[in-house]
Amino acid sequence: MADALHTLSAAELGRRLSAGLLTSRTLCEALIARYHLVNKKVGAFTHLDEADVLAQAEASDARRKAGEGRGPLEGIPVAIKDNIAVKGQPLTCSSKMLASLVSPYDAHVTERLRAAGAILYGRLNMDEFAMGSSTENSAIQKTFNPWDLACIPGGSSGGSAAALAAGLVPLALGSDTGGSIRQPASHCGVVGLKPTYGLISRFGLVAFASSLDQIGPMARCIEDCELLLRALASADARDMTCFGPSDRAFTPAGDAKKLRIGIPKGFLGKGVGAEVATAVTAAIEFYRSQGCAISEVELPSADLAVPTYYVVATAEASSNLGRYDGVRYGHRSASAGTPVEMMTNSRSEGFGAEVKRRILLGTFVLSAGYADAYYMRALRARSKIRAEYLAALATVDVLLTPTVPTPAFKVGEKASDPLQLYLEDIFTIPANLAGLPAISVPCGKSGHLPVGFHLVGAPLSEAKLLAAGRLFEAAHGFAHQQAAL
Amino acid sequence: MSSSPSDWEVVIGLEVHVQLHTRAKVFASSPWGFGKEPNEQVDPVVLGLPGTLPVVNREAVEKSILFGLVVGSSVPEQCAWDRKNYFYPDNPKNYQLTQKDFPVVVGGQVEIELPGASRNVMGEHKFIRIHHAHLEEDVGKLSHAGSGSLVDYNRAGVPLLEIVTEPDLRSSAEAEAFLRSLVALLTQAGVADCDMEKGQLRCDCNVSIRRRGAEKLGTRTETKNLNSISSVRDTVIYETARQIRELEAGRSITQETRGWNAELSRGYVLRDKEDAHDYRYFPDPDIPTLRISRETVARLQKLVPENLYDRQRRYVEKFGLPFTAASVLVANRELAEWFEAAAAAHPANPQGIANLVTNDLLRDLAASGGAGAAPADEVLPGVSLASCPIKPAQLAGLVKLTDDGVISKQQAKEVFAEMFKTGQEAVTIVDAKGLRQNSDTGELEKIVQEVIADPAVAKSIAEYRAGNEKAINALKGPIMKRTQGKANPVLIDQLLRKFLG
Repeated sequence: MADALHTLSAAELGRRLSAGLLTSRTLCEALIARYHLVNKKVGAFTHLDEADVLAQAEASDARRKAGEGRGPLEGIPVAIKDNIAVKGQPLTCSSKMLASLVSPYDAHVTERLRAAGAILYGRLNMDEFAMGSSTENSAIQKTFNPWDLACIPGGSSGGSAAALAAGLVPLALGSDTGGSIRQPASHCGVVGLKPTYGLISRFGLVAFASSLDQIGPMARCIEDCELLLRALASADARDMTCFGPSDRAFTPAGDAKKLRIGIPKGFLGKGVGAEVATAVTAAIEFYRSQGCAISEVELPSADLAVPTYYVVATAEASSNLGRYDGVRYGHRSASAGTPVEMMTNSRSEGFGAEVKRRILLGTFVLSAGYADAYYMRALRARSKIRAEYLAALATVDVLLTPTVPTPAFKVGEKASDPLQLYLEDIFTIPANLAGLPAISVPCGKSGHLPVGFHLVGAPLSEAKLLAAGRLFEAAHGFAHQQAAL
Repeated sequence: MSSSPSDWEVVIGLEVHVQLHTRAKVFASSPWGFGKEPNEQVDPVVLGLPGTLPVVNREAVEKSILFGLVVGSSVPEQCAWDRKNYFYPDNPKNYQLTQKDFPVVVGGQVEIELPGASRNVMGEHKFIRIHHAHLEEDVGKLSHAGSGSLVDYNRAGVPLLEIVTEPDLRSSAEAEAFLRSLVALLTQAGVADCDMEKGQLRCDCNVSIRRRGAEKLGTRTETKNLNSISSVRDTVIYETARQIRELEAGRSITQETRGWNAELSRGYVLRDKEDAHDYRYFPDPDIPTLRISRETVARLQKLVPENLYDRQRRYVEKFGLPFTAASVLVANRELAEWFEAAAAAHPANPQGIANLVTNDLLRDLAASGGAGAAPADEVLPGVSLASCPIKPAQLAGLVKLTDDGVISKQQAKEVFAEMFKTGQEAVTIVDAKGLRQNSDTGELEKIVQEVIADPAVAKSIAEYRAGNEKAINALKGPIMKRTQGKANPVLIDQLLRKFLG
């Protein structure tokens, strides 16, 4: 075999598996070897049960041999962010609070992957409880950007993006509350898609901000991203916000060259780095050259997105994370007298600084006397932002911006400046607030660091986002890129 | 100068927490019930494990809507859930899902009946307005053992309907009457079992007093977690007396949350207003606003049983039942429906049927252990007719035999006892025992004349003729003896009077 297996796409691996040119066991052995070579440098995985992976691979090979293969993901490893439940595996959310937790149940997406014959391949590092944009908030380990090990991979799905860029796995699951799939995808030069809110069940995704959280696929090319998305989307009675499989999300988008692309007015003024601006402007020009109609759109409330997000997300988080108190599971303080002391001490010891900061902020914005000024007002701003986005998306098919204003920064560079770090998500947050699908597509480099552009579409326009990405990808050399390690 | 208690008016509002009669918990598929080992009825959702989500139990929502229809509320177009955040180990998520702004029941009223001057006299009726009722989840139970604490989450997530009244109640008797009516409405509609011994009905009681005639409400206190109707009654009495004492001593009432010690019959302060929790309510993002379709409402409307007191009025007016019998019958829907089935089978004598049902049938059912595990609360006849050996039509048959003069009322009691024991038809028993009365006038005339002619009774005849009415009874014994007790006693009485002039 000419190509190293770790460089191939999931689709190509699937074709070789189907053709009998490859077994899942061989593939997994190769990836495990790669893991031993590379993971220490990158720090993407926090857990990999090799024996379990090989057992799954053998079972997959046996199914295929018996003619009982389950589809295009049969035998393909998928790595999973450590906030998505897999029965019998750790579910730490990269927090000291849940360091000892083993999930007693499968998330809905985990069930879907099992049903598709995929190999559940290890646990990926993240910012603690998905709060962060650099994966530096993990209480377990640091993750480094494969393109420059001195830099952060982005976050909170930093382990997912880094694992893909380092050739550790062909497919990964991330979760996205304000950009946590798309921002690390951009920083690591991979594709990351946040689906329409409700397309994929959240059952088994550890909640950060329930009204914003979505699980989504991450991959090294558009084709793989779509493959994984199709496997994940299905109805689930255990999540009342999940509307289940919607054919609309997968209806062929027609000719991508006829897409109408909106460019939000003045986006380049928002602290966008010169090389990022160059790469994204080139992408816009590419689409224009293909025949797409490019127009400028106004989103007057876009500036409200970041402050709105940090009120809504922290309010929900302060409540969602209330359950971690050491009573039933997770970290329990050794120094406690009364039950209430035990809960207090367990939380003080179990949570990291950023999580505490957001719990405090969220508690404050919901407290009596302040809820109207902060939380209720943020809900109104959120409605306004959603209305403006939907109005804009009635006149264009997608909105195009950079995914992140600047490329990946050095580890530790912004650790002491949370407000600066919060601006990493300035382009990605509105899609979460409005429940819209969005994708980050690699489109160039700033120095040796990848840059991505960002597309947002109307609800259930995933097919259009993928079609637009495919058009760009086909004409450029950014698909399947991996860092030399 | 001290004023009399009658110078004061007490104002009471109740918050009644009722566990709904459902198979599964309110936001999880885990079943629930009484008497299980600790933490047996839990699942990942009940325990609030990371990644789990609530799913609204349709049955719990429908039972709540049914309650709304029972009390005549207008069912809202939609309802929604909010999170009430507070930290306590009995609360698996450290927030409780409840309904703050869009409850499932809005408005409505409950008719109550106050005790009458005597058992046989109907008391005053009054309507108590319902402010709203919201559907929420119950919490677990914390207990302290030795140096540690134990928590049981079996109760966590049990559907709890919190029914909030307007401050319409004016006495402990009204509070008691309200709870009795409420329990009857809830159980008769199958909304809840209201077994207070199992903690299925718990009450928070708000009490304030004001000078009689005053408009402005006084400062209220809230006594929490009362688990019986008698505790509510005692709390109102205690709290009224305490508040009068405070105000008459020139002190003021502190708005506070109180507890009740039922053993000592004393209230105590739990916390004052300064310590009030900030629950940081906000709409639950996991449960979308629930639309309540008019089709659902129409379907549930069909399940609303006849109102307790409408039924009582009908029994008195249409069936001519005495108040006591009517009130006993309507207190238990199953019993009332059983009675009506019997009355329909023999429409000529509903009173006779009611008499047997409220006396003999209830007595024998109670003696046979209530014929099944019935909710034995403090107010309602806790009988179940599920395994009653007598069918309504059979009882009607018995009453008809009496009405037709086939057997006497005395014999009817004997036949009833046999029916309860064997489940046989009345007529079968009557024939088997040869109980049929002899109403053959010609034959009885002959026997009566023979007995009168017997010198042994001459003394009694003389006494009767001298004006001693009771002396006639001495002649009935020999007649019964000659007829093996089968002579129709009414007919014999008539014949004796005829022949003795």
